[in-house]
Amino acid sequence: MFGIVRTIWDVFRHGFQPRVTRQYPEQPAYLPPRWRGRIILSRDPDGGERCVACYLCAIVCPVDCIALQATEDAAGRRYPEFFRINFSRCIFCGYCEDACPTYAIQLTPDFEMSEFRRQNLVYEKEDLLISGPGKYPGYNFWRVAGVKIGGKDKGESENEAPPADLRQLLP
Amino acid sequence: MATIYVDDRPCRVDPQQNLLHVCLSLGFNLPYFCWHPALGSVGACRQCAVKLFRDAHDRRGKLVMACMTPVADGARISLADPDALAFRAGIIEGMMHNHPHDCPVCDEGGECHLQDMTVMTGHDYRRYSFPKRTFRNQYLGPLVNHEMNRCIQCYRCVRFYREYAGGRDFNVFGIRNLVYFGRYQDGVLENEFAGNLDEVCPTGVFTDATHKRHYTRKWDLQFAPSICIHCGVGCNLSPGERYGLLRRIVNRYHQDLNSYFLCDRGRYGYEFVNSESRLRQARLGIAAGKWQSLAAQPAAAWLGKLLAAGDVIGIGSPRASLEANYALRLAVGPRRFFAGVSDVELRLLRLAADLLRRQPAPTLREMESADAVLVLGEDVTNTAPRMALSLRQAVRQQPLAELEPLKIPVWLDHAAREAAQERRGPFYIATPAATRLDDIAAETWHAAPGELARLGFAVARVLDESAPAVADLPPPVQALAGRIAAALSSARRPLVVSGLACRSAALLEASANIALALRRSRQDHARLAIAVPEANSLGLALLDPRPLSEAAGAEALIVLENDLYRRASASWVDELLAGERRLIALDCLEHPTTRRASLVLPAAAWSEDEGTFVNYEGRAQRYFAACPPPGEIQSSWRWLRDAMREAGREAAAGWQSLDDLLAGLARDLPALAPVLNAAPPADFRMAGARIPRQPHRYSGRTAILANLDVSEPPPPPDPDSPLAYSMEGNPDQPPAALLPFAWAPGWNSYQAWNKFQEEIYGPLRGGNPGVLLLAPEPRPAGDFFRNVPPPLAGRDGEWLLLPLYHIFGSEMLSRYAPAIRQLSPAPYLALSAADAGSLGLHAGENVALWLDGRAITLSLKIRPDLPPGCAGVPAGLEALPALELPAWSRIERGHG
Amino acid sequence: MVSPHPLVSLLAILLLALTLASGLIWFERRLLAWWQDRYGPNRVGPFGLLQVLADMIKIFAKEDWVPPFADKVAFILAPAIIVVTVLLSFAVLPFAPGVIVSDLNIALLFFLAMSSLGVYSIVLAGWSSDNKYSLLGGMRAAAQMLSYEVFMGLSLMGVVLLAGTFSLNGIVRAQRHLWFIVPQFAGFLLFFIAGLAETRRLPFDLPEAESELVAGFHSEYSGMKFGMFFVGEYLGITLISAMIAILFFGGWLGPGLPPLLWFFLKLFCFLSLFILMRAALPRPRFDQLMAWAWKLLLPLALLNLLVTGALVLAFLPRR
Ligand code: SF4
Ligand code: SF4
Ligand code: SF4
Ligand code: SF4
Ligand code: FES
Repeated sequence: MFGIVRTIWDVFRHGFQPRVTRQYPEQPAYLPPRWRGRIILSRDPDGGERCVACYLCAIVCPVDCIALQATEDAAGRRYPEFFRINFSRCIFCGYCEDACPTYAIQLTPDFEMSEFRRQNLVYEKEDLLISGPGKYPGYNFWRVAGVKIGGKDKGESENEAPPADLRQLLP
Repeated sequence: MATIYVDDRPCRVDPQQNLLHVCLSLGFNLPYFCWHPALGSVGACRQCAVKLFRDAHDRRGKLVMACMTPVADGARISLADPDALAFRAGIIEGMMHNHPHDCPVCDEGGECHLQDMTVMTGHDYRRYSFPKRTFRNQYLGPLVNHEMNRCIQCYRCVRFYREYAGGRDFNVFGIRNLVYFGRYQDGVLENEFAGNLDEVCPTGVFTDATHKRHYTRKWDLQFAPSICIHCGVGCNLSPGERYGLLRRIVNRYHQDLNSYFLCDRGRYGYEFVNSESRLRQARLGIAAGKWQSLAAQPAAAWLGKLLAAGDVIGIGSPRASLEANYALRLAVGPRRFFAGVSDVELRLLRLAADLLRRQPAPTLREMESADAVLVLGEDVTNTAPRMALSLRQAVRQQPLAELEPLKIPVWLDHAAREAAQERRGPFYIATPAATRLDDIAAETWHAAPGELARLGFAVARVLDESAPAVADLPPPVQALAGRIAAALSSARRPLVVSGLACRSAALLEASANIALALRRSRQDHARLAIAVPEANSLGLALLDPRPLSEAAGAEALIVLENDLYRRASASWVDELLAGERRLIALDCLEHPTTRRASLVLPAAAWSEDEGTFVNYEGRAQRYFAACPPPGEIQSSWRWLRDAMREAGREAAAGWQSLDDLLAGLARDLPALAPVLNAAPPADFRMAGARIPRQPHRYSGRTAILANLDVSEPPPPPDPDSPLAYSMEGNPDQPPAALLPFAWAPGWNSYQAWNKFQEEIYGPLRGGNPGVLLLAPEPRPAGDFFRNVPPPLAGRDGEWLLLPLYHIFGSEMLSRYAPAIRQLSPAPYLALSAADAGSLGLHAGENVALWLDGRAITLSLKIRPDLPPGCAGVPAGLEALPALELPAWSRIERGHG
Repeated sequence: MVSPHPLVSLLAILLLALTLASGLIWFERRLLAWWQDRYGPNRVGPFGLLQVLADMIKIFAKEDWVPPFADKVAFILAPAIIVVTVLLSFAVLPFAPGVIVSDLNIALLFFLAMSSLGVYSIVLAGWSSDNKYSLLGGMRAAAQMLSYEVFMGLSLMGVVLLAGTFSLNGIVRAQRHLWFIVPQFAGFLLFFIAGLAETRRLPFDLPEAESELVAGFHSEYSGMKFGMFFVGEYLGITLISAMIAILFFGGWLGPGLPPLLWFFLKLFCFLSLFILMRAALPRPRFDQLMAWAWKLLLPLALLNLLVTGALVLAFLPRR
């Protein structure tokens, strides 16, 4: 009983304490680097597109707002032919970033992307792709993967033996 | 039935089987790699380890490979035993030492058995830090992609390719941990079933190279239960669509037909749907070579006016659905409905249907268990490819039966093959030219179709004295007939296979006589299979069309999904279309007939359409659309309905949906009424919901069309089927005829079919789809055919020109698929070496082939297997005019 | 003071009640924010006052949706009932001398009767929505409101004993010398608690407990129908606050200021108290709620009645 009265009194007293609300447009907000805002597609340290069009971000997205199509260049490097995010559906959960095996898709500390027309919230690859590696500077998926692409032959990835010689008979 | 105890739970199981088979049948999740339901066990991967206990008191037990251990009554095993779990996780870890970091760019990802098994065993971290082994890949042709780093050495691929499918150009090379699965050098895989490596290989070593060009993950494809359109076997498949493009075909299990395997024509022929030559807009010919596009309504009205005027005939098609053909028959009237096949072919189809009424055809599974086979006149691999794969298994039956005293179970594959060595059951092939099954044949004989028929009659005569005698048979042939007859009559399940390839009624009659003779001698399991050329050849014949040659004289002519120039000689077709006659062509692809049409109506391709095909057994099977037809395209029957309405025949064309049309068909032709049961009707619901065509994890729903309009449209309606173009619906297993794809929790690969079968490799739950339309009549099996053809009288200076079939090239639709086109032969004329020599011709030379007073120039190919006096040309190639074969022709040295 | 024509009072009071109810939305949000160290709505208009207007535009513009599975008649009727019953109670409230629609001599009973009718609205809403959460909310409301009504009536009987009348006007006048809060402190506490429960305000908002029942009885409601429940709720708070002022704090009585102002001052105090309750207290479990009603508050109310009765008999002169 006393506890209840005490609570009521405590809450009442809060009326005389300073406000914590930040008056946003006048007072800018601090956003930590891991803030989950506008999504970008990054490039690997060599400047190539990081996304390998594996569709994992698309499948993990709870609102299904990512659509893409995989394609390959002549040397076998896979990349998205188109990559579309419908930000009018995105809930900025960050699952896509979690799922991405190449650090290609990243959420950034920017949320000022309102539009008067919903249609303008549909971003294509040109709108998403940035020129740097974003939050993860060093990683390059193709240096780890086993497939051959332009400039990297079989057996030239990290921690790979040269291609097996099938004609040798040593035990 | 035996009882075994799985983790102390008593289970009733098949005592003839191994532990893995029964555990999977019981629904347990037990990881495996090298075992395959159709290939049996070899114990190569060590993944299926379980604990086996001596008795109820034994707590230690021992690890055994489930796939190698026969079921014993009362056996106690444990799947969850810690030792077994650790062993299985260890095996996976070992496989993963060298596995590349490829999943994101691997086409197997998302449907990878290795991924599934890795998750199932719980392995998640590579502790081994030494370099990974790598291999170079090979170019294996336009159909199959090779990425050898991903191999886990399960040996399934070689076992399938060499032992099951009989391929020779693929093997395992190398030693110790450097074994390599591939060809001895780069090159196109020769076997017609190589595409199955995509599904047989549990990893991403072999993947679909056509799919790679427009790659989509399994979870993103919209599937439909479908039937193959590329031949008359009626294999079940799942076409997958995304963004309006047909992306690929995978096998859809059917116990009686394709089971786990498809032929490459069925698997890779699909790309015709995406072809540049698709017709997408109705168009009106205004002058020679000049077209004017037309909206749907005026186009239907244009045809409606013609229909109202009355003088219209219709030509059906053996590759259009039963429903579309029936709609045409109704639009023009039964007396004005003509078969879209040559007269000979129609006569043979009717004969085949009659024979099916005498005795049901064997299923492919029954063919596999035949223990003596005679193939009469048909190059099965090239006309009904999947059937050939089944026939190949038949030669194992007799040796396997001999294994019984050795107590080697059939599923113990390696031991069974070792014990059988090179022994093969009796398999006789009598065809005009060499076939791809010759390697397993006890004897082959190549002769002109008439001679083959005479051999057939002779066999029947040996089997039964009351069969007609064959006069003037050369003694060696007589002796051959005797050997064949002896083999067939001493078999338990003899099988005769023939077909329409030679366009010879005598051949069919001879085959029927053999089957009848066998049955008269109380061999109740004797079977006769007749390969029919196209997906709905029998269905067309059952609609009772008039012969094509009688089609003439009308004002207008509607051609349904057919290229007349493939069916009759160009001069005849030109004459048919001459004058003021209007030609209305309904089809999905551009071809010579549509180019001549006054009005072209764009019809839905089979993957966008729903209907029924009748296969070689007379089995009616429904296929469903993987996506709705785009734009103005619609089903042929809907065009015909719209035209009939425009013609003021609302009452006759009241159908709103496929079911309405089918109901009309059943009323009109009561003999075909069972087609209604080929699949549940459109108002069928499971727990009130439709059946989803998309996997429940289909992605991009709110982004796919967002570039066009950010507001998502509702999924397209589907009035014709109980399936939905959506991921929403009932998640339970639908009736087998409506099953779009196989997926089960934890089983993303095609191994998920395990979860849909009553017993592994047995029927799908709810029964195998399809209904047999031609139930045998309850009267005695009929009498012998008595028209024995006379011996072939060679003609001086003329050659009997025979059709030579090619799995890639002879069928029209698949030729529009770039990969298949690449493998199609260039036109040629084949002669035996002796005949070429007598003409003084050499291989590669140009020769002039005279037919009907016209010459065609072809390059010469020497085929030593051709019988003397016979020449051959590839059948059905578009570069060659339609030829009514076999026919007599003259051959001369060509020019240039 | 000349009393205005009852019709004028009626319109004025109706208008006032509705404005008050909607204004309360803003008031509550600002107050809650104040107690929670925030600002609350402060962007639309001065001090965010136009927020109410914006909300109203929004709620009127929303689709008026009746779920296909709902019982249509009851579904539409339910929100109307609550507004009507509460508004009817306003008819008997004396705001100031003469500022009253109808000076019923059984005004208190009329108030009790109307507030019991209010429960129909909630039960009907819950039942007609044909949704398990709504039904649960409706059932909770029925149980809760019936139980708390019992001792709400009883808690007021002390006041009636002291004033000797059911007329609210009479009760106010009877407090000329001493506000009833003094002799009836227990009655005030009980009535306040019952009032919270009757208006389904936090902490007693179990019929719509979002965390368990989505939104309870009004889960399926949207647009202006939902708005009516909302307005009904705020009208209810206003009503109970006004009743507290009238029954225990001498209504319009007070020194110096005009009576109407006194009345509204008191009214706003209790409104704020309602909001403070919401800001401060968590929701109890439903069984606790029922147990308090029957095992604690009802006996207390009876005891209060007994003691008051005895004292009145003993000390007050017979009239
Ligand atoms: S943040 Fe979440 S909702 Fe947005 S695209 Fe990524 S997965 Fe989808
Ligand atoms: S998960 Fe990453 S690599 Fe894969 S498709 Fe999405 S962005 Fe590209
Ligand atoms: S084979 Fe399977 S596990 Fe290996 S890279 Fe491909 S998807 Fe991944
Ligand atoms: S290539 Fe595939 S099927 Fe063949 S051994 Fe390797 S993993 Fe097995
Ligand atoms: S499945 Fe049993 S050892 Fe491979």
